[in-house]
Amino acid sequence: MAFAAFATTAAKSGEPAPRRRSRVALLLLLPGILYLVLFFLTPLVSLLLTSFQAPSEFGDVGEFNYAFRWENYTEVVGAYLPHILRSFGFAFVATVLALVISYPLAYFIGVSSRRWPLLQSVMLVLVIAPFFISFLLRTLAWKQLLSDESFVVTSLKAVSLLAPDAHLTGTPFAVIFGLTYNFIPFMTLPLYATLERLDLRYLEAGTDLYANPFHVFLKVTIPLSMPGIVAGTLLTFIPAAGDYINASRDFLGGPDSQMIGNVIEANFLVLLNYPIAAALSLILMAVILVVVSFYVKRAGTEELL
Amino acid sequence: MKPRPLPADPMVRQLVQQARNAQIARRTLLTGAGAGAAALALAACSPGANSAPTAAADSSDDDKSLNWDNWALYIDVDDAGNYPTLEAFTTKTGIKVTYSEAVDDNNTYYGKVKDQLALGQDIGADAVCLTDWMIGRLIRFGYVQELDHDNIPNLANLAPSLKDVSFDPGRKMSVPWQGGFAGICWNKEKVPGGISSVEELWDPQLKGRVGVLSEMRDTMGLIMLEAGVDIAGEWGDDEFAAAIDVLKKQVEDGQVRNIKGNSYKEDLVNEDTLAAIVWSGDIIQLNAENDDRWEFIVPEKGGTLWNDNFVVPIGSSRKKNAEALINYYYDPHVAAEVAAYVNYITPVVGAKEAAMAIDPELANNQLIFPDATTLDRAHVFRALSGAEEQKYNADFQGILLGA
Repeated sequence: MAFAAFATTAAKSGEPAPRRRSRVALLLLLPGILYLVLFFLTPLVSLLLTSFQAPSEFGDVGEFNYAFRWENYTEVVGAYLPHILRSFGFAFVATVLALVISYPLAYFIGVSSRRWPLLQSVMLVLVIAPFFISFLLRTLAWKQLLSDESFVVTSLKAVSLLAPDAHLTGTPFAVIFGLTYNFIPFMTLPLYATLERLDLRYLEAGTDLYANPFHVFLKVTIPLSMPGIVAGTLLTFIPAAGDYINASRDFLGGPDSQMIGNVIEANFLVLLNYPIAAALSLILMAVILVVVSFYVKRAGTEELL
Repeated sequence: MKPRPLPADPMVRQLVQQARNAQIARRTLLTGAGAGAAALALAACSPGANSAPTAAADSSDDDKSLNWDNWALYIDVDDAGNYPTLEAFTTKTGIKVTYSEAVDDNNTYYGKVKDQLALGQDIGADAVCLTDWMIGRLIRFGYVQELDHDNIPNLANLAPSLKDVSFDPGRKMSVPWQGGFAGICWNKEKVPGGISSVEELWDPQLKGRVGVLSEMRDTMGLIMLEAGVDIAGEWGDDEFAAAIDVLKKQVEDGQVRNIKGNSYKEDLVNEDTLAAIVWSGDIIQLNAENDDRWEFIVPEKGGTLWNDNFVVPIGSSRKKNAEALINYYYDPHVAAEVAAYVNYITPVVGAKEAAMAIDPELANNQLIFPDATTLDRAHVFRALSGAEEQKYNADFQGILLGA
């Protein structure tokens, strides 16, 4: 692709003094590497070791010893499989919903309103605006808006879209709603970034070749905006799968809509069952890694990463 | 190989335990050689689980300062944001107090300081107020210092019922700061008939609009009391399991939708919750802010009584200053001043009489200065052993997580 072409020429022009450059580069990389070793690798190794700990003999709450107890993993999957599946299910639905909502929005900002830069900027600000308020506050606000005696719920009941004794807060619906809402900007912005660069002449060419608008969209626009779609879905799916705020019982969730993040939180903070929490965190990480690499491979956009 | 029973002496017991653990660690590290040096380095960093830390040397005589970690809205504050009783304390004793609202949850606070406590390090606080059960855990682990009662003569004013608690007989390690009830409350407009027992919370009319606390001892305590269990006395797995079944059924049926900590207040205000198991102090405060919309009772079969207690963390070098602070707050007049601001139960005998002079209406409020009949209904959840705490918490969290 175009980017790859640029990359190779850049590499060629910088060839003359490779050795010195690499030393400087290494020096420049050092802070980053140190940072990663200290704040990523060390905790990761510690987490891995914790996940194999066993309760210490005659131990009290929260006392564990290293014992290579791999059964932690099977136990965790046995006990919390519904939560693991639910997390990925919720994250998947929220990602799809966010994509469906964000794509037309990003298209409108990035393509349709190209002739009116002011409108474009205003729309972009509107998409980013929610970031100015803490997302905890925004989620709490939704909890109020969806509460039993709220306008939303009473109206839905009045038109019989909701059963008289039904409610929204504390249900899977509310959790998915919250996830979708909170991650829409993360989907919209990368989509906008690619759609804004979309060369409309390709679309014209498509029409010239007798493709109808739907086909042009399917065969030209979508493939060209694939980098944005992949980036947006990753930015939404990964954090959504590990999210524990929306599903928290203090926010939008209930006992039947708890996600893996909530289970990890409860095990770390309340039960002090660190090995279980660590094993769950690693499983979450591993599953996301597998899902994401498979997805990226299928989407054919390896050069993005 | 079956391990031999441990000797009774706690000191010897600990040494044996430590030796055994060291053995296990060596063996497993050799088999899991892959982790290698990194594992060893990390293992060295993390505190050993089984060695009790020792108390720091006291430097109170040269260091007239004190750090106090407490919960939010838990002391008298004037309009300028100062703490009048604390300022008076500084004037009286010359000890400068740094007061911080650092505790917002027993578990998260514990999570923050436990590694330092295990190593006997200073956690930056010389006095902390935490709830009974957490104090029980801290005492079990040896994370708090023994108090010198000679430095706290006013402790004679401690309410007799709180003198001998199961987690700290004789109050050697902890002294109550404030307490409260867990009971039942309901929305007076939406539930005009009122509610008199936990059983009535399971009324189908209230389906989906009932809340319970995410604090295991309060919710389970009330359910067990309803079943006739004396929660302060002898009970075991069977009684607890029966109560868990009750709660599990109500949650799975959708009768109970909300299981929350402090955030249950929002649900009462927006009426997601119409009736719930709640804490007394919150309802007094909510009623003051929302024109008396709720009624609170301690059910006839019983409610729970909990206290937040002062402790001196093991790494603090200013225990004597902390004792001076505790002594000061056990003066009935000072206690009454605090009670006039916070809406919880003071453990200080004589505070009611002192409060009478400040505000008679306050002194007659059953939830702040309860009389004998109200106190008779309130029970303290007995101290749990480590194994019990682990098991019961896991069962309770299982319901909360829908597992």
